[in-house]
Amino acid sequence: MVPLDHVIGLSAVLFTIGVVGVATRRNLIVMLMSIELMLNAVNLAFIGFNRMWPGEPGAIALDGQVFVLMVIAVAAAEVAVGLGIVISMFRNRDSVDVEVVSLLRW
Amino acid sequence: MVNESSDPLLRWIPLLPLLAAIFHGVMIGVVRRATPRWLVIALSCGTVAGSFLLSCVVFASLAGLPDGATLVDGLYTWIGAGVGELRFNAELRFRLDALSSVMTLVVTGVGLLIHVYSIGYMDDDHRDDKGFQRFFCYLNLFTFSMLMLVLGDNLVLMFLGWEGVGLCSYLLIGFWYSDRFNAYCGSKAFIVNRIGDFGFLVGIFLLFGALASAGAPTVDFAEIRASFGLISEMTVPAPFWGPEWRLVDLIGLCFFVGACGKSAQLPLYVWLPDAMAGPTPVSALIHAATMVTAGVYMVSRLSFLYAAAPVASAVVAWVGALTALFAATIAIAQTDIKKVLAYSTVSQLGYMFLAAGCAGYTGAVFHLVTHAFFKALLFLAAGSVILAMHHEQDIRKMGGLRRRIWQTHAVFLIGVLAISGIPPLSGFFSKDEILVAAWTAHVPGHLWLYAIGLVTAGITSFYMWRLYFVVFWGESRASHHVREQIREQPPVVVNPLWVLAALACLGGAIGFPQVYGDALGIERSHSLNNFLGGLFPVVEHHLAHSTEYAMALAAIGMAGAGFGIAYLCYVARPELPVRAAAALKVPYQLLLEKYYVDELYDALIVRPLVKLSDVVLFRGIDAGLIDGVAVNGTARGVRGLAAHGLKYLQSGFTQSYVFLMIVGAVAILGYLLR
Amino acid sequence: MQLDYQLITWVTFLPLLTGLLLLIAGGMARTLGTEGLPDSLWRSIGTGSMVLSFLLSLQLFARFDPTYTGYQFIEHLPWIPDLGIHYHVGIDGISLFLVVLTTFLMPIVMAASWKDVSRSVRSYVFFMLFLETGMLGAFVSLNLFQFYLFWELMLIPMYFIIGIWGGPRRIYAAIKFFLFTMFGSLLMLVAMLVVYYLHFEQTGLLTFDLVAPPWSEASALLDTVIPTSGVWWQTQVWLFGAFALAFAIKVPMVPFHTWLPDAHVEAPTAGSVVLAGVLLKMGTYGFLRFALPLFPSATFDYAPWILGFAVVGIVYGSLVAMIQADIKKLVAYSSVAHLGFVMLGMFALNVQGLNGSVLQMVNHGLSTGGLFLLVGMLYERRHTRLIEAFGGIARPMPVFAFFFGIITMSSIGLPALNGFVGEFLILLGTFLASPWMAVIATSGVVLAAAYMLWMFRRVMFGPVEIEENRKLIDLDLREKLVLAAIVIPIVWIGLYPEPFLRRIEPSVVELLERVERGGAAGSAALSSRVAQVPLDDPAGDAP
Repeated sequence: MVPLDHVIGLSAVLFTIGVVGVATRRNLIVMLMSIELMLNAVNLAFIGFNRMWPGEPGAIALDGQVFVLMVIAVAAAEVAVGLGIVISMFRNRDSVDVEVVSLLRW
Repeated sequence: MVNESSDPLLRWIPLLPLLAAIFHGVMIGVVRRATPRWLVIALSCGTVAGSFLLSCVVFASLAGLPDGATLVDGLYTWIGAGVGELRFNAELRFRLDALSSVMTLVVTGVGLLIHVYSIGYMDDDHRDDKGFQRFFCYLNLFTFSMLMLVLGDNLVLMFLGWEGVGLCSYLLIGFWYSDRFNAYCGSKAFIVNRIGDFGFLVGIFLLFGALASAGAPTVDFAEIRASFGLISEMTVPAPFWGPEWRLVDLIGLCFFVGACGKSAQLPLYVWLPDAMAGPTPVSALIHAATMVTAGVYMVSRLSFLYAAAPVASAVVAWVGALTALFAATIAIAQTDIKKVLAYSTVSQLGYMFLAAGCAGYTGAVFHLVTHAFFKALLFLAAGSVILAMHHEQDIRKMGGLRRRIWQTHAVFLIGVLAISGIPPLSGFFSKDEILVAAWTAHVPGHLWLYAIGLVTAGITSFYMWRLYFVVFWGESRASHHVREQIREQPPVVVNPLWVLAALACLGGAIGFPQVYGDALGIERSHSLNNFLGGLFPVVEHHLAHSTEYAMALAAIGMAGAGFGIAYLCYVARPELPVRAAAALKVPYQLLLEKYYVDELYDALIVRPLVKLSDVVLFRGIDAGLIDGVAVNGTARGVRGLAAHGLKYLQSGFTQSYVFLMIVGAVAILGYLLR
Repeated sequence: MQLDYQLITWVTFLPLLTGLLLLIAGGMARTLGTEGLPDSLWRSIGTGSMVLSFLLSLQLFARFDPTYTGYQFIEHLPWIPDLGIHYHVGIDGISLFLVVLTTFLMPIVMAASWKDVSRSVRSYVFFMLFLETGMLGAFVSLNLFQFYLFWELMLIPMYFIIGIWGGPRRIYAAIKFFLFTMFGSLLMLVAMLVVYYLHFEQTGLLTFDLVAPPWSEASALLDTVIPTSGVWWQTQVWLFGAFALAFAIKVPMVPFHTWLPDAHVEAPTAGSVVLAGVLLKMGTYGFLRFALPLFPSATFDYAPWILGFAVVGIVYGSLVAMIQADIKKLVAYSSVAHLGFVMLGMFALNVQGLNGSVLQMVNHGLSTGGLFLLVGMLYERRHTRLIEAFGGIARPMPVFAFFFGIITMSSIGLPALNGFVGEFLILLGTFLASPWMAVIATSGVVLAAAYMLWMFRRVMFGPVEIEENRKLIDLDLREKLVLAAIVIPIVWIGLYPEPFLRRIEPSVVELLERVERGGAAGSAALSSRVAQVPLDDPAGDAP
């Protein structure tokens, strides 16, 4: 049995990498990938917790895993919209650099 | 409780002139069609004549009743608020007692004569073809207000009449409103009157408050008088000048402030000379016979209060005396015929207050009546002179009129004799009574009051005879063109003058002092005293007959001296006044310019107030502080905050937004997990 | 007192309903190809519905029982029951006359601006109808949430009326008016919620109703005991302060008054008349209906302060009015002075003062509304309101001078006209409560005469020096009728105020009793708490 600490630790590390990626990278596609990473890190944490606390004996506790499915669905939708924005941006500015589209400013 | 009986005729006395005024108002304002002149005259003079007849009728019924009885006529509750102990109730009710009946007779009688006179006087007015009806509308409205004032049963109703006459005075002084000066004089009259009204209102509040705290809340005269004992000893803590004041003194002073405003005493007299800008009948009716006497009426009506308030009475007497002297000195130097008479009115009103302050209330009322006769006579005669002189009012341009307009001359002479106090005309008796009251009063310094009264009598005689000689004697100083046109006015103008002259001659009969009555074997000769006796606190004075004769002789002597000096200066040696004026330049300037009082008020009160309001209050506080700093300042601050601070948050950089989100999330998590 | 048909609801909502129907009809007409309904139809139907509303409110007056001290014509419908928000309306002696005044002034205002407003007439009529419903709703609401709703609601049409049909600085004035008033109202909202919460704490019942309807035994907000000490934001003093701020801005009391001159000067004539005639009364009404009954102990504590501010308002307003060059601004500042009188009488906290205060609310609506109508008539002719542009107007326009004279005299409190009755009762009541305040306030009577007569003289009297003034046309029939409609109640109330005072008094007495009970209880509670402190407790904060 993998100890819960390891799972949560891995999840935290992945999440942090994702956060740093979103905050620092300028390429929009890389930012999307980092967001994906964050979401998957969260999935990992859910599964770890689900494994840890299975619930009453005899009951099938699948709350965590169900939630993971929902997160995957949301991630897929979000990626679809995000890539749409990327394509639109590239068509207008020939670049996926996020600083190029900072127009809604003072 | 006072013996009352109901008399439904009372309400018609003020109501008749009101109906005429409403009719005229509607015709002028709504219907906008010219009313035939005869209808205007018939309606206006007819209603006032009706009021006069009714006044005589109710006077007769009152005289038939036992002493101290009154007639009442109640209509409805005008203003009522509160319950129980603090119930305030002002009824629309009329009460006729001896004092009111005398006043109504004077107001309606003299008023009627002046209405008739105005028919001829205002006929001359071609400036405004609706002016004739408008004038009579205002005159009727004034008569209504004055009658409400004297017939009102309570202080608030009296105040209605009080302000009503102020309004009509405003309308009538500024009657020819196209002249900016006339409008200014009208406004001045109203506003100075209002300052007096301030005192009147505070007096009402004090009185009601005191009576309410004693358990008898009322503003009715009869009830106040009945409950007066409850408050006559109350005191209030004094902010200055001694440990405490008597409440009735304070009330008396407040009401007297109101009287100063309405009756043109120091320091609120400044509106009366300027009120001469109005047509002469207005000056006669309002500013000689009736409105200005409202203050005297008020003090007499509240005589029971003043009798219990020695400080207030002393103030009344002293202010009256000083005003009498002050105004008389100004009258010496004036060159406008109406201005001389105006200051004379102020001076004579001072006499009335002098009497009232010295507890000679009957004397005050007596002088009120005789003054109404001879001052109205003088004003109307002056009006006749002005018309004859083609609207000239400067006496330096008159002269030698006694042969050209002999009727006006004759009545004017009678008026001058009356006001100087030459027996047996009415002025002598009333002035004498006032001087006796001053001599026997309990007011501190009353002998000085007597002296002032006596000296002022001399000065009065002087300036009146001066006026008479300058206008009627000597050679005419008018231009040739005007001189051709001098002629007597039509009978409608002159006949009221004769009636008034007769009254001025014979009016003394109602106040024939007992002293002479004893000598002539007439019992109870002072009819006015007997009639009014029940109303006023009884003041017994036992002067030796010799003292009374001496005082009478002194008065006649002063009058004679005034006549003599005037004759000397203006008939025998006319160069004397010119030399005197040149020698005494500064005093003469002071007198001519009325001691610069108007200029003083302007500089000390009016101008600083306007400056204060403009610079400090409006520009400084309102626009600068409140609007500038608080309101617009806040707006500017918020805008500045947004423009120089907050807007930088909207950088447009996605990454900075992400960063902020992360920081925020961490902070919230940290707070929740602490 | 209940009726089979909901009289108050009809009076309140008829104008808005008419407006909405006209909108729908216009929309339908447009889809059929026409230009929508014509302006004249909008105007006529709009004014007609206002007149109908007035006639219905006369029914309220006629059927009002002067001997009953509670609320009459009550209607109560649950709206959002879980939150305690109900549709709860009723009137008493105080709001009766404000309702009648509102329904009376609105048709007059429409008649006066018949020719004045020529562009976007349909929007104008709609906003006026909307405004009338908003104002009436605020006067009849007995549910605090509903009151707040209507209070804020009527700002919107007023903002548009000033902003679209106003003078040169109208946008500034409209925004200032809106934001200033809303700022105060927000604090009032917070205070309202605190009272709501306190009531819930004490009774477990969630309700915004001020009083329970007569057929229900439930408790209502007025039964809440609002402490005089304790948690600071729960005490009467702070809560009263929050309510008072909102109402004081509306009254307006000095120093929160600066929105008024701008709003009045820039608003169109009709807007000014409604603003002065009705909207300002909402502030004073709010005090009477909410602040005084809910926080009686704080009322007593604050009364000297508010009396002081009222006196400052009277003197300050009069002095600043005196030096104005624009007639409308002069009248605006005179409003500040007049409403100072109203607040003075109110916080004298006795029957005469309160009676005079409520009556003066009506009087001020009539006389100041009349003054604004008159100024509007001058402006229509000469397109200027500066005093120096006039002079000697009485000659070409004598009928105008006649009406102007009467309304001026009413404004300065000449006896036999309405202003005197109100002012006299107010000053008398104030004197019985605080003599020195009354003496200073009476000087306001002198100042009022000074500034009004000075203005009247410069505008009306003197020679006609400016050429255009010679050709001025006097009032036409419509204008004469409008002014006559104002002058008749002025004279009536002045000569025979009994019908009005008789209906106002029971509600006023009831209010005073409640305030005195609460005030006594508050101080009694305080003293009992002090008595409970053990003698050996130096800090004095034993529970």
